[in-house]
Amino acid sequence: MPQIFHRSANTIARVSIFGALFFVAALLYLAYQIDRSPWVTQVNVAREQPIQFSHERHVAGNGIDCRYCHTTVETAAFAGIPPTKTCMNCHSQIFSNAPFLEPVRESFRTDRSIAWSRVHDLPDFAYFDHSIHVAKGVGCATCHGPVDKMPLMRKQNSLQMEWCLDCHRHPERYVRPREEVFNMNYVAPGNQLELGRKLVAENRIRKMTDCNACHR
Amino acid sequence: MKPGDAPEFWRTLAEKNGANLDELVGDEFASRLPDSFDAVERRAFLKLMGASLALAGMAGCTRQPPEQIVPYVRQPESIIPGQPLFYSTAMTLGGRATGILVESHEGRPTKIEGNPSHPASLGATDVFAQAALLDLYDPDRMQTLTYRGDILPWSAFLGAMRTVTTTEQAESGAGLRILTETVCSPTLGAQIEEILARFPSAVWHQWDPATGVNSAAGLRMAAGNDVSAHYNVESAAVIVSFDADFLACGAGHLRYGRQFARRRRPEGAGCRLYAAEAMPTTTGAKADHRLPLKPSQIEMLARALAADLGVAGVNRGAALPADAQAWLTAVRNDLNAHRGASIVIAGEGQPAVVHALAHALNATLGNAGRTVLYTDPVETHPVDQVRSLRELADAMAAGDVDTLLILGGNPVYTAPADLRFAEQMAKVRVRAHLSLHANETSAISHWQIPEAHFLEAWSDARAFDGTVSIVQPLIAPLYGGRSAHEVLAALSDRPERTGYQIVREFWQEQRGATPTGARGAIAATGASGATGATGATGATGATEFEAFWRKTVHDGVMANTALPTRAITPAGPIAAFSTAPPAPDGGIEIAFRNDPTIYDGRFNNNGWLQELPKPITHLTWDNAVLVSPATMERLGGAARPDFTGGERGQIHGSVVAITYRGRSVRGAMFPVAGHPDDVATLHLGYGRARTGHVGADRGFNAGALRTSDALTFGTGAQIATTGDTFPLACVQYHHLMEGRDIIRAIPRAELASLKKEEKALPSMWPVLTDEQEKVADYKWGMSIDLNACNGCNACVVSCQAENNIPVVGKVEVMRGREMHWLRVDSYHQGEVANPKTYFQPVPCMHCETAPCEPVCPVGATTHSSEGLNDMVYNRCVGTRYCSNNCPYKVRRFNFLQYQDWDTPSLKLGRNPDVSVRSRGVMEKCTYCVQRISAGRIQSEREGRKIQDGEVTTACQSVCPAEAIVFGNLNDPSSRVSMLQAEQRDYALLRELNTRPRTTYLAAITEFNPDLSDK
Repeated sequence: MPQIFHRSANTIARVSIFGALFFVAALLYLAYQIDRSPWVTQVNVAREQPIQFSHERHVAGNGIDCRYCHTTVETAAFAGIPPTKTCMNCHSQIFSNAPFLEPVRESFRTDRSIAWSRVHDLPDFAYFDHSIHVAKGVGCATCHGPVDKMPLMRKQNSLQMEWCLDCHRHPERYVRPREEVFNMNYVAPGNQLELGRKLVAENRIRKMTDCNACHR
Repeated sequence: MKPGDAPEFWRTLAEKNGANLDELVGDEFASRLPDSFDAVERRAFLKLMGASLALAGMAGCTRQPPEQIVPYVRQPESIIPGQPLFYSTAMTLGGRATGILVESHEGRPTKIEGNPSHPASLGATDVFAQAALLDLYDPDRMQTLTYRGDILPWSAFLGAMRTVTTTEQAESGAGLRILTETVCSPTLGAQIEEILARFPSAVWHQWDPATGVNSAAGLRMAAGNDVSAHYNVESAAVIVSFDADFLACGAGHLRYGRQFARRRRPEGAGCRLYAAEAMPTTTGAKADHRLPLKPSQIEMLARALAADLGVAGVNRGAALPADAQAWLTAVRNDLNAHRGASIVIAGEGQPAVVHALAHALNATLGNAGRTVLYTDPVETHPVDQVRSLRELADAMAAGDVDTLLILGGNPVYTAPADLRFAEQMAKVRVRAHLSLHANETSAISHWQIPEAHFLEAWSDARAFDGTVSIVQPLIAPLYGGRSAHEVLAALSDRPERTGYQIVREFWQEQRGATPTGARGAIAATGASGATGATGATGATGATEFEAFWRKTVHDGVMANTALPTRAITPAGPIAAFSTAPPAPDGGIEIAFRNDPTIYDGRFNNNGWLQELPKPITHLTWDNAVLVSPATMERLGGAARPDFTGGERGQIHGSVVAITYRGRSVRGAMFPVAGHPDDVATLHLGYGRARTGHVGADRGFNAGALRTSDALTFGTGAQIATTGDTFPLACVQYHHLMEGRDIIRAIPRAELASLKKEEKALPSMWPVLTDEQEKVADYKWGMSIDLNACNGCNACVVSCQAENNIPVVGKVEVMRGREMHWLRVDSYHQGEVANPKTYFQPVPCMHCETAPCEPVCPVGATTHSSEGLNDMVYNRCVGTRYCSNNCPYKVRRFNFLQYQDWDTPSLKLGRNPDVSVRSRGVMEKCTYCVQRISAGRIQSEREGRKIQDGEVTTACQSVCPAEAIVFGNLNDPSSRVSMLQAEQRDYALLRELNTRPRTTYLAAITEFNPDLSDK
């Protein structure tokens, strides 16, 4: 009886067994990369919004402080999305007839809220509190990036758990003096680690890595 | 309290009767699993598992769906999204108010706490107040106003009432009847008085099936006129209860519970409690000497005690049984030794004469004015409610009633059977019913008006001592409901007034500040004293009134409105004392009691209360014919525990037919240790013909046997077994004791000589020393005082509300799958006929060396630096190894999708600070980690540490007895540290060396040495 398989089948078998390992590894790597890709995390992806609101213009151009609109960032978990009234404080005077602001005026007229697309959206099982981060010296830009240079709002960071934990494990790498929290032009000094350690001690910053810090 | 003596305690009758433990426990996975488990072939199994594994993997790869964020157009000043606000209001039950604080998230009430400044609450609540929230969001509530089945607008009702007023005006209201529950609301009382002034021949009837009929009649007998009584447990060294469950129900019970627990603390002055009762209650369980007697015998006991202590002209009646005589002698001597510092209190289940005897005893003992306080009646218009309802039924039967306006309540279901209320009501021409739910009464009403829940409406109400609270709404009516005030306004000349206007204008007039556009003053509220101390104090300006109003609404109590105490003096000798009491006959007695969880049936459609194990019996979802084990045996019945899927949550009770005065019902029999023989206790509120889908087909209607001349008990019942059995869901049979040393009690005299038990045993494994543990800022711990706990279960419902715990339903409870993070076990000691009962709340112990943690394959349960045993739902894959390895059996698994994801109204009530769990996830007590987090963030922001008492767990904050204390064990001055340092502190299952952070304080007994055989 002749052999069913040609001799070359041995080589093919060896190569495919060996290759399978790489294939599986490649698949895992792919999964790893996909999970961290902007396709999943939406990093640097600008969302369609009802109004083309530009942080760049308002923050860098007009010099408005973060807290003028995000009023509860120092006192509550939620930083606060400004009510239409806040927009109208200025826009009843300036650009009061601009067509692209019509949705704002309409909202104010009809008492119907503007429905923004959420850019920074944590999963529902993670509980985040702005006030404590601000109080401990985490700058707005540390998480949200250079908002003053974003004509359209986008995520700068993945907001994935490994990203959170990086800072929760090593707060000294990121914290800044409290008075610099809202400063969009703050640049970390060369001796950040040294300063960070000092701030961690001064502001009693704990490495909150217990599960219950965020999950409950 | 000697370790090793444990077997003297027992948990179930099977254990007490020496059932083979191996048999009870070993047969855990009895061969009753469905056959299909074996029928799955290996290949099919692998296919299914392969597919589910692959799908489970895929589930992790989903992208987050885009969400919207919707800000206000004009943000209200006080609302910060995510920050709860608290508002004070009051809940009434039996007319009496209990002050509460309601947590509101962006306008949605999510949790109810007690109002510390309210005299009836002192910061605590009962189960009903906790569960009221679920009633608010109940999707089965009546949602539309209908007239003969047609949906109509509110204006149509106003129009119909205008017609009624026009026709009735002609005959001065002769055909108009109003039926309310007990009214202690000054505004509502004044409104009705105003209507009665307009229609002098109209009649106002009151019927509240659950409260006050006997006690009011007894007070009337004792004082000669209508008065209210309340108690000062704080200064009572001896309390004698005649069938009174004053620690768990009735007006002021939260206050009494707290004062009692404080006196019983080691540093307190002590308080010995004697209780003579039929059905064992939580008060009976707390009693040092409980005497089980038939309800009819308690009158003899009261008579004998009164005669012995020198109350004039008391006919003793029949002789007492020997054990009762011994009890009586001890009680008499103890009362004699504590004149002026004792209380004799009679329960609602006893007839008026027992109440009158109790008041006469208090007068004789010098307690009146010291521990027993009398005031003018709290009700605006006290009446004999049985007579009032009978008059209404008679008038309806005679065809004298043209228009019947029923404001709340469910008289068709709750009225005594002999009044044939439904039949008579059908003869009324216009029948209108204001109700939260569509119930039996709505079914035969023309106008079915959805009622605004008390969290949706303005009102006011007096507490047990007369203190007025303004009831303010937390949310606009979900279904366009109306309050009783607004319905009554329809009969006035200004029908369009809102509840807010009505209540505010009433108090404006009371304060002498004339409301804009008001007419003359509302007629005085008669002899009721409703104006009381709040009476006109001269003209106050509008600004002054505004300040008063805001302060009153904010505080939840109107300052200085408690009614002044007064003395009572009967006009002469009380005739009922000297007439011979009815001779007891030999037949079986039946006693009717409010259900401990669903009350008179008004909470019948409330899943939290239905699933809440009833104290003592631990039954859920049904009522039963409660008898003593001996009586059950004599009647040939049985109650057989059974398994379902590994847990013992089912009792197959014999179904019996009870025939009583020509009426008959069928119900399952259930044995209760400590229940007197030849008495059957039936809980009201079940067997509803018309209710929502939660309460439908539950239990039997005991009220069908009740007659107006014997509202609370009667003799001459026949009980016969039918041969059928009925499965009851009873959680007492979950988790057996197996002879372990779980519960401890110690006589007060031995406290001083008690040696404190070391917390940790030697271990092979490295254990953190106390110094190492102090590294973290906080070391959270809890102390549960078994001496204080009276088993009221408020903690269980509070936990359920705070932590979004689902209701699983009767079938799942029978499988041992109830989800309560905190359970209250009861343990018995001594003979079956009259055991001493102890309660033990068991939450997660947060062990230092938690057995659940090392067995989790995915690290879903971990130890936090502050000592919490964290549970991470998103990591959990549902192996259940942790619950298998937990010696305290406090972990709960979502076997099915218990949480309701779909019903919109239920979503409103969830606590947004706690994850809502899904199927396949383990969960358990977290020490309310969301509250700890909130406290930590708040304090860190302010640059300080969390202070003692700043963070309270949900169970702790509602406990009337202050039995649960939570705090930082690293702080030696914290309350929990001091409690855990007490000699009587012990760890549950210490021998396992789990080093639990939650420890227990042994119960303290204050037995009378004269009755030392106990």
